[in-house]
Amino acid sequence: MALLALSLNGPAKFFNWGFISVSIPNLIMIGCIFVLFILALVIPFPTHKEDGK
Amino acid sequence: MATMWTTRVRRATIERIDPQDALPDNQPSYVASWIYVFGVLTLAALAVIIGSGIWLTTKGAAWWHSSSVGHYVNSVHLWAVEMFFVFMVVHLWGKFWMAAWRGRRFMTWVTGTFCFLASLATAFTGYLIQGNFDSQWIATQAKDGLNSVGIGSFMNTLNSGQALLLHVALLPLAVGIIVVWHVILVRKNGVVPPLDAKEIAGGGK
Repeated sequence: MALLALSLNGPAKFFNWGFISVSIPNLIMIGCIFVLFILALVIPFPTHKEDGK
Repeated sequence: MATMWTTRVRRATIERIDPQDALPDNQPSYVASWIYVFGVLTLAALAVIIGSGIWLTTKGAAWWHSSSVGHYVNSVHLWAVEMFFVFMVVHLWGKFWMAAWRGRRFMTWVTGTFCFLASLATAFTGYLIQGNFDSQWIATQAKDGLNSVGIGSFMNTLNSGQALLLHVALLPLAVGIIVVWHVILVRKNGVVPPLDAKEIAGGGK
């Protein structure tokens, strides 16, 4: 069986802050979604101008 | 003579949507935004979810344990769901900061919210029917959670048959109806203009 660069065996580590408890993989995923959201706002949307208007 | 129900339905639906709004060939310039691409990507992911889900349904809940093709289709189903939620959350955040409920678009926002909630319920029942130790663990934990809020008699997560039927029939039907309703409202009312802009023609009502 191929070895993974990152071991997925065993439970994930958790980030705990007060009543907030979220696994590190989920936290990374939320961060990626946030980055995607920022990119969606700042990257110019390709448009084409209509001729003669 | 009382108005026939067909007349009432026609007046409440197709007669209230301008054909130009239903299938537009032109949109206001502010629609040129990646945020709307994520709305369409959500629909595309949903199409993959439904397609792979139908395939899995025809083969049975245990197919993916014994077939490499089944494992692949199951993985496509899972990752399409992951993408569905990622795309939907980006779309949701964008619409929230645009205050997209302005201009009599309250129901568009509400149907989007209910789409999110119904999708969560559908995803959770999907975890319950994996047929492995993970689904057993989730079912026993969720059982206590649902019992603690008093709905354990309606939803027993240890009943895999109930979870299976909810996941493949009732909840996808609910998500489908809400999504169609949401898209019709977007077409009928148009896309919300930016906060500092006026409503313009071609953007619905």
